[in-house]
Amino acid sequence: MTTLDTLRPGQRGRITNLVGNDGLAQRLMELGMFVGEEVEVVALAPLGDPLEVRLGDSRLSLRRTEASRIQVTLS
Amino acid sequence: MGSEKQATVALVGNPNTGKTTLFNALSGLRQRVGNYPGVTVETKKGQMSCGGQKFDLIDLPGTYSLSPRSPDEMVAVDVLLGRQAGEHRPDVVLSIVDASNLERNLYLTTQALELGVPVVIALNMMDVAEAQGIRIHVERLSRQIGVPVVAIQANKRKGLDALREAVVAASERRALPGVVEPCPAVGDVAPPHAGPPFPEAFEREIRALHPLLGEEVPPFLIRRFVLDVGGWTERKWVAQYGEKIRRQVQEVRERLAACDCAVPAVEARTRYRWIREVTSGCVERPAVRPVTWTDRIDRVLTHKVWGTLLFLALMFLVFQSIFTWSRPVMKAIGDGKGALSDWLRGWLASGPLTDLLLGGVLEGVGAVVVFLPQIVILFAFIAVLEDCGYMARAAFLMDKLMSRCGLSGKSFIPLLSSVACAVPGIMATRVIENRRDRLATILVAPLMSCSARLPIYILLIGAFLSGPGYPWWLPGAVMFALYALGLLLAPPIALLLKRTLLRGETPVFVMEMPLYKVPSLRLVVRRMIDSGWAFLRRAGTLILASMVVVWALLYFPREGPASASPPSESGPIEAIRLPYDVRLDQLRSERDDLKERGDETGSEAKELEMNALNAEWKRQSYLGRVGKAIEPIVRPLGWDWKIGMAALASFPAREVVIGTLGIIYSEGEQDSETIREAKNVSDLRLAVAMRKAGWDDDPNRRVFTIPTVLSLLVFFALCCQCASTLAVIKRETRSWRWPAFTFVYMTALAYVGALLTYQIGLWVCG
Repeated sequence: MTTLDTLRPGQRGRITNLVGNDGLAQRLMELGMFVGEEVEVVALAPLGDPLEVRLGDSRLSLRRTEASRIQVTLS
Repeated sequence: MGSEKQATVALVGNPNTGKTTLFNALSGLRQRVGNYPGVTVETKKGQMSCGGQKFDLIDLPGTYSLSPRSPDEMVAVDVLLGRQAGEHRPDVVLSIVDASNLERNLYLTTQALELGVPVVIALNMMDVAEAQGIRIHVERLSRQIGVPVVAIQANKRKGLDALREAVVAASERRALPGVVEPCPAVGDVAPPHAGPPFPEAFEREIRALHPLLGEEVPPFLIRRFVLDVGGWTERKWVAQYGEKIRRQVQEVRERLAACDCAVPAVEARTRYRWIREVTSGCVERPAVRPVTWTDRIDRVLTHKVWGTLLFLALMFLVFQSIFTWSRPVMKAIGDGKGALSDWLRGWLASGPLTDLLLGGVLEGVGAVVVFLPQIVILFAFIAVLEDCGYMARAAFLMDKLMSRCGLSGKSFIPLLSSVACAVPGIMATRVIENRRDRLATILVAPLMSCSARLPIYILLIGAFLSGPGYPWWLPGAVMFALYALGLLLAPPIALLLKRTLLRGETPVFVMEMPLYKVPSLRLVVRRMIDSGWAFLRRAGTLILASMVVVWALLYFPREGPASASPPSESGPIEAIRLPYDVRLDQLRSERDDLKERGDETGSEAKELEMNALNAEWKRQSYLGRVGKAIEPIVRPLGWDWKIGMAALASFPAREVVIGTLGIIYSEGEQDSETIREAKNVSDLRLAVAMRKAGWDDDPNRRVFTIPTVLSLLVFFALCCQCASTLAVIKRETRSWRWPAFTFVYMTALAYVGALLTYQIGLWVCG
């Protein structure tokens, strides 16, 4: 098990846990990022941060600190 | 429904779903902006008519959910619940949904279903969904959700008649043929809530909290109170009811966590599970997700190397266009103003009223209108970039860089635009959703070296820091240093502001990267017109007022002391205490007469006399007197009172300092345009006069030494002598506090910067 920020572009993972219950966790869940969903890292910004991820039909930009709250298993 | 009150329709939806396009299509050209006290969000309002019936249409800001975390987000919820003062409770909620991202878009709709108001779903972007191989059975979806669903294509204006009909039917609470029953009627009793059923344990807790908070509190807000940890409802109610209620809600949350209903996860789980149930059998999609255009474009545009290069090229184009393309139009406005002024002066009787009209009002209107080209060009770019989906990619590419000064990628374009002009730059901060980030960006934007500073830089560098005896690279290096000064100071100041005044909860930077699409010309033109109009209406009057005030301070008193050089034709008795403007008019007509007779030397002599008189007038004006009074304050900067007075007079706009210096140094009015276009600045008469200028108490000692020139340059690089910037900050923040703060901090910064420059300069020059 690892966190989303460690994935390289092209890698996918299934969400196993989302740490915290604050505004960030809530926003991620509202966008459909909850346990059991699959996410793919699409690209990294020039300085390696933020990440572009695909989740269902959405593409999101996440900062590394935000992505590190999402625990995934590689799929 | 009461006949005296028009029914209200509220439009809700995720960002990038075509909500604004739908709103424009439904409401046409007549729109107005709704403001609410204490917040910076605006709603747009329009009228929609259908079958002789009229509706008020409110466009709420795009959002992914109705879980308010700030007063700005609370406004949308309050409007929807009918708790916002001055707004009727909506009779219908029109929820626009992106068909190519159905599940996530329906999340907001499930929340709208709990408001107790009939909901109509507008299913937009069916063409995009179909291009991805997604097929949606609209009727079945409507049956499953239990509210009317109408497929539309807002950009092509397809399906709008059916949508209007569905809205009318929902407002009258009748079923459309072929469509399911609309929501149960809203009566005096609270309606049974529709939408996803939450676990019974959760519902029990909500019911138990109801009596504690009062029966008039809508159940919707009690759900938000429990679900949004640290949200706006919690903060407001803890402030209202005390710590006891906080402990209670924490206990509720603990109990919920114990029975597998932990907040906020329970909400996302419940809603998405329900959404998947109702959409199952309504949506067909290919087994393998096809590669879309967005995938292909993003491979280049968010690429580390190519994406960055393209971004830089695009930003160069944006910058170049505001900086260069607007110049001919701005020059034309200036020329037109001059021509109009000359023409009017020929028609109007001379006197203070004419002078007010020409020198105050016309100049002021010109100063306002001159910003329009830059604003309109920048907003055309922003509208295109936002509508085609690139704006989010630009923010993505620049995010890390901007995060170093506590901001996000979205601050980049506003700050870049500010290098051309802070006014459109500050207006462009509207793309930043987070209030504190937006404020921090607004507050540092005027530090960027804008084009209005250029004439001052060019004049001072050309007159004092170039030519024989100076290294060839010096002018360029000084110019570069002045630009760098603002660029280097803005990040630490932004960071400081974010750590002190604008401290708060770390905002969520999660940002959607929408699908690419062809921008709509209609939307772009609309944004251009709206931005220009908003600037004229809200900031224009303030700019005009400041221009008139400064004009008056330089105009009065008109009567000088007994004239030292009486006008030649009139006798000594009448000449005593004739107002300056009258004497100036006499000189002007005498000069024109001489010119007509072909007496060049005579008319030039008159011209010099006029300039001397004008200088004497302005020096003894109220502003001149203030300038003299504040000389002790500007002396440590190496300035005499004339420079201090010119700096004061430049409050409406920095470049005015040149005009004022021209008048005080008896060189007549100076136009910043002539400075920009002069081939050799150092030969300009104003430059020569400034080089010769001596101190009042020691005329042989030069005022403009190198340290003084540098101190003046640094002052104008950092000060906020720009009424337009302040007016636009007032307009964007809806408060006088922020423009006042900007003016004070930048003036203090400029003063300290100039002081250090002068003192260090003195020390270095020995």
